[in-house]
Order: sequence, then C-alpha cells, then structure tokens
Amino acid sequence: MKFITEFRRSELAEGIISQIHRKSKTPARFMEFCGGHTVTIFRYGIRQVLPKTIDMVSGPGCPVCVTANADLDKAIALAQIPDVIITTFGDMLKVPGSHFSLQEVKADGADVRMVYSTMDALNLAERNPAKSVVFLGIGFETTAPTIAASILQAEEEGIRNYYVLSMHKLCPPVIRAILDSGEVKLHGLICPGHVSAIIGSHPWEFIARDYGIPCVVAGFEPTDVLQCVDMLVAQIENGESNVEIAYRRGVRPEGNQQALKCMEQVFEPCPAQWRGMGEVPDSGLKLRKEYQHFDAELAFDIDPGPTHEPRGCICGDILRGVKTPLDCTLFGKACTPEYPIGPCMVSSEGTCSAYYLYGEGFEG
Amino acid sequence: MKDKILLAHGSGGKLAHELVEKSFLKALANPFLAKLDDSAVFNLSGRLAFTTDSYVVSPIFFPGGDIGKLAVCGTVNDLAMSGAKPLYLSLSFIIEEGLPQSELNEIVDSVQKTAQEVGVEIVTGDTKVVHRGSADKLFINTAGVGIIPEGIDISGINARPGDKVILSGTIGDHGIAVLSQRESLSFSTQLKSDCAPLGGLVAEMLAASPNIHCLRDPTRGGLATTLNELAKQSKVSIRIEEEKIPVRDEVLGACEMLGFDPLYVANEGKLVAIVLPEDADKVLKAMQENYYGKDAAIIGEVRVEHPGRVVMKTCLGSSRIIDMLVGDLLPRIC
Repeated sequence: MKFITEFRRSELAEGIISQIHRKSKTPARFMEFCGGHTVTIFRYGIRQVLPKTIDMVSGPGCPVCVTANADLDKAIALAQIPDVIITTFGDMLKVPGSHFSLQEVKADGADVRMVYSTMDALNLAERNPAKSVVFLGIGFETTAPTIAASILQAEEEGIRNYYVLSMHKLCPPVIRAILDSGEVKLHGLICPGHVSAIIGSHPWEFIARDYGIPCVVAGFEPTDVLQCVDMLVAQIENGESNVEIAYRRGVRPEGNQQALKCMEQVFEPCPAQWRGMGEVPDSGLKLRKEYQHFDAELAFDIDPGPTHEPRGCICGDILRGVKTPLDCTLFGKACTPEYPIGPCMVSSEGTCSAYYLYGEGFEG
Repeated sequence: MKDKILLAHGSGGKLAHELVEKSFLKALANPFLAKLDDSAVFNLSGRLAFTTDSYVVSPIFFPGGDIGKLAVCGTVNDLAMSGAKPLYLSLSFIIEEGLPQSELNEIVDSVQKTAQEVGVEIVTGDTKVVHRGSADKLFINTAGVGIIPEGIDISGINARPGDKVILSGTIGDHGIAVLSQRESLSFSTQLKSDCAPLGGLVAEMLAASPNIHCLRDPTRGGLATTLNELAKQSKVSIRIEEEKIPVRDEVLGACEMLGFDPLYVANEGKLVAIVLPEDADKVLKAMQENYYGKDAAIIGEVRVEHPGRVVMKTCLGSSRIIDMLVGDLLPRIC
C-alpha cells in the first residue's frame, strides 16, 4: 500500500463525495478539532465539495495557537537569561508575545534554536555543559510522550543542564469545556488522528455518551477526512452517536500504551491556560515531583510581567469555533503570514493561515 | 594538516599561485585561463544575456551533486531561461580556512565536468580564503554570459491567456535531497538532487518552437513561487491541475513528515515553459525526448480572470489559491 498517493486518488474521493451527497439530509455542523485536519480541509478544498447540509468549523487543535500569551512571555523571558539556550519547534519562533517574539529576542542576541526533536535538544545540553538548555514543551498528547522520554533519558544519563518549560495541553478536557460553554452547537466531531494514535479512541467516548455527539477519528489525507465525514453523516442519519475510527492504519482503540506509560511516569495533569478559553481544569501537564528538577519554571527566576493581547485580534474566538477569520477586521490586511498579529496566522496549522494561504471562499 | 586550505592560499603570494596552478588551471584548462591575465578577453556579437548568482548550499556535497555542479548549473540555467546559449562563466571561491584540499579539488572537477557537458568555459576566476567561522566551508559565485539567437523573445511578461504551462519534470527533488543530509534532520532516502544544466533542453525546445513566451527555473520558493512571479509579471492568472504535477513518492513522503508542500520545495534542474496553445504539443514532445525533460507534462493554462493569481484544481475537483512562499522554508539549499 502506498500511504500517500492511495489516499489522494480522485476516483476514490469522487465515490465518497457522491455517497455523502446521497446520504446527507439533516443539516449538521461538524468541528475538526485538529489543525492538521484544518490544513487538509483547506488544502484540498473539502468544504467546496460537501453538500450544503454540512457546515464545517475549525476547532482549537493548533498547539502554537492555543498557547497563552502568559506562557509565551515566560519562554521569551527565559530566552533573555544569559547562558540559556532555548530550543523549540519552528513555528513558536514567530509568535508575537505581549511585547516581543522569540525571533525578535534571537535577533537581539538571545540563543534560540529550532530543533526537530527533543533528542536534538538533549544532545545540545550534553555538548554544552556550561549552558542551560530549555526545551519549550508545547503540543498535545502527541508530543508529550517524546518530551517525557527526553526527561527520562536525561535522568538516566545524569544530564543536569536540560530543562523543559511544560506548556502541554490535553485534548479531551478542552473539548468538554467547549461543549459545556454551549457557544457552538455541534452535531459531529472529527477527532484528531495523531493525538488518538497515542490516547486511543476510548477517551472520546464521553462526548458520544454524555453529549450525544457522533465522533470519528480521522487521518490526514483528503480521502481520510471525506471518509470521516461520510461516517459522521451516516451516524446522524441513523440517529446514532458512537465513537468510530476512520484511521485504522494509525489508531487503535487502546492507543499506544508504551507512550502513555512514559507520559504518565513524568507528567501529571494540571489546570492550563488556553488562549481564548482561559483556564481549563486538568487540561495541562506538569512535571511530577520526582522530575521537578527538570522544570524550567522552577529552576529559573522569571517574571515576565503583565500580559496583554493584540488589539482587535479575535484568535480566541476563532479557536473556540465561534468566529471565522473572515469576521476579523485585521485578517488579510494588518495581519498576514508575513506580518502576523495573532498566532492563528503564524502557525502552519492555524485557521487564519489556512484561510489566507488557500484562499477559502475564492471562486476560481 | 598538509592537505588543508590555509589563509595563505588566498594571500596572492606563492601558495595562492600554487593553488591556482595545481587546482584550477589543471582542471579547468582553456586558453583564456592559461594566459593568467587580469581579465578574459573575447569577441561576441549579437544580443547578450548576462547573469550572476552566489551559492552557499549546506552541505557542500549532497546526493546528486555538489556546490560546484550547482554553481555551474544555476548560472547556465539562468542564461538559458532567457533563451540564451550559455558561453562563458566566471568562478569565484570564498573558502573557509581548513577546507580539505581534496574536497576543493573534487568540487573543481565537478565544475569542469558540468561546464564540459554544457559546452561553456570558465574564463576568469578569483579565490579568497577567510578565517574559520567567517564562511561555512565554501561559497561560490558564478557569473555568465550567453548569446540570444535572432527571433527569440522570452520574458516573464509574455504569458498570454490561452497559453499552456509545461513543467519539465518532478518537483521538490533538490530541496528534499539536500535536507535529508542536514545534521539536525538526516533521514534516509534514495532521493537525489535534480541539479542539472538545462541549456541543451532549452535549445531543443526553441528548435521545436522559437515562439516560447516564458521560461523560468523554479529554484528557491519552488513551483508555486515561480508561477506566481509569472502571473504577476504578465498580469494574468495561471490555473494548474494538482494531478498533472509530477512528484516522486519519496518527495511526497518526506514532505508529509516535515510538513512541507512540494509546490514550495526547491528544484535545480527543472523549468516551467509558457507556450502558445498550438505549440504546446511539439514543445512537450521535444522536452520528453531530452533526458532532462523526460517527465515533462502540461500542468495548466494561462487565463484572463483574477490577474496575478495562481489557482489549482485539487485532486478532489475543488480549487484553491496557490500563494507565494512566505518566509524561508529551508535556509541555504542553494
């Protein structure tokens, strides 16, 4: 099986699209939680090929976007401490904090480096014993296990100059928060594929059971998303609400036990600040007591001062699915990928960036 | 220590002369260089094309090429994209002290081999050696001149509604091949850079139709950026079809892993041609008969509406805008 081209075949897609058109009778609104799905949906113009009965909204599943300014400011304050090397995934560099972005403090002399894996950060710590290497731990359940693994390895090898600023977020609690707020009425949820590869499909069951909303875990190719929509439509038309997997090649119901074990060994749930949603209970991860010596927030004395949000930016509302980028007065004018104001325009998985780059609503 | 390039090799003194004689004159032998004068002197008549480019690729050796081959191909291709027959090149090295002499020799050999394939001569050059850390191993600058045959008028402003857009082969090979060798990221792939001189291909295309409107090589910024440049320069829109664009499975796979879109990944041996609709098939056929154009395909056409925009029909039948590259996808790939 070819894992990419097989899932981008137009004949296959056409078949699923016409099936969806045949089945869908009841108007329904689906949310794709994950920024990766947002990109697939816009990149392949999936909204254009769906029947009028189906309304799609983007959710908060972009880790860079949901990082609160208060956390960003902590990272930027850490970067300004002498002999600290900040290591991070690429997109974080450009996100504007309350006053600066990491990119700006880097240009000003701070040592900020883009890495592709936590192990690169750990190697950097090993090679620079006189420096402190801080990894900016952002991401969902997908990245948290790899960061946990780097901490376990640092512990085993006695590396004492490696730290993590844990800004991790957990997905199921924030979906509960969105549903409880009642701001958006949802009839189906496209559950994140990579997150589910780790946590499995069981953690979504409360949504189907308690809220009566069908849930389908999807992969990231266009036909994956179409198949997921087809399965959601089928549940709606049959009056069912179950958790199903449309991404069998990546996700098992029980998830990845080894990754979960690793994550649970190092981290424990804690309240977390989400951009646009404020504090959500048990939706973050902090280092357990045994591993607190790796916690950058405890190891360094940082006081980033009060935060402030960019005026006019509605990223928070967009992340909750309440508004779209087209509702924003800054979108495409003051705020573009070249000069982003809010994080949803910075991140490659951000909703504003997807709207802008792929020209949603453009009749070509 | 003996086989390393030292600061003295760039001093203009004895070691510098030795380097020129042993490394450059021997490999690049031609009557222009052999004179050892301050400038190359030659006669040319006709319309001249003149271009320059600097090469800072890291690593300097990559699958399918090296910085030397790249430096010749890049400048030859820039000349060819204006329809010129490339003739003479300059070659300047900025070397970081400590570069192994053997690596330099290997690169000079590669320059010569590529120049020979295209039929251009390196007629003038320069070498500077800088302190460790002031450059990264080796930077090269080349400039080149060529002659544009009578009756050829190729420019980015010439695309007209109805014209066909032809791509010479698979996209993204160079960017992904170079990236696979980066220390921080190395992943295993059989993929090779497409780095190639396109002078011969262009000559055959022009023989098939001298009326080609635009030619451009989609290097940094990839196919997406090149098409946007052409659409903006000619004040037209370009509509392409996703399924017509050739992409290797290895490139698709790496792009998925790294979060890139192959449309934005660099090429060093590909070109985009915009031609009259009635000439499209014969130009395509001429391309497919050349090794460097064997996978050529018509990928779209030029339209009137939405001037300056590039629109792609996706594999699902929907459309989306293809914008220019924002920021740097991959630094130092050429």
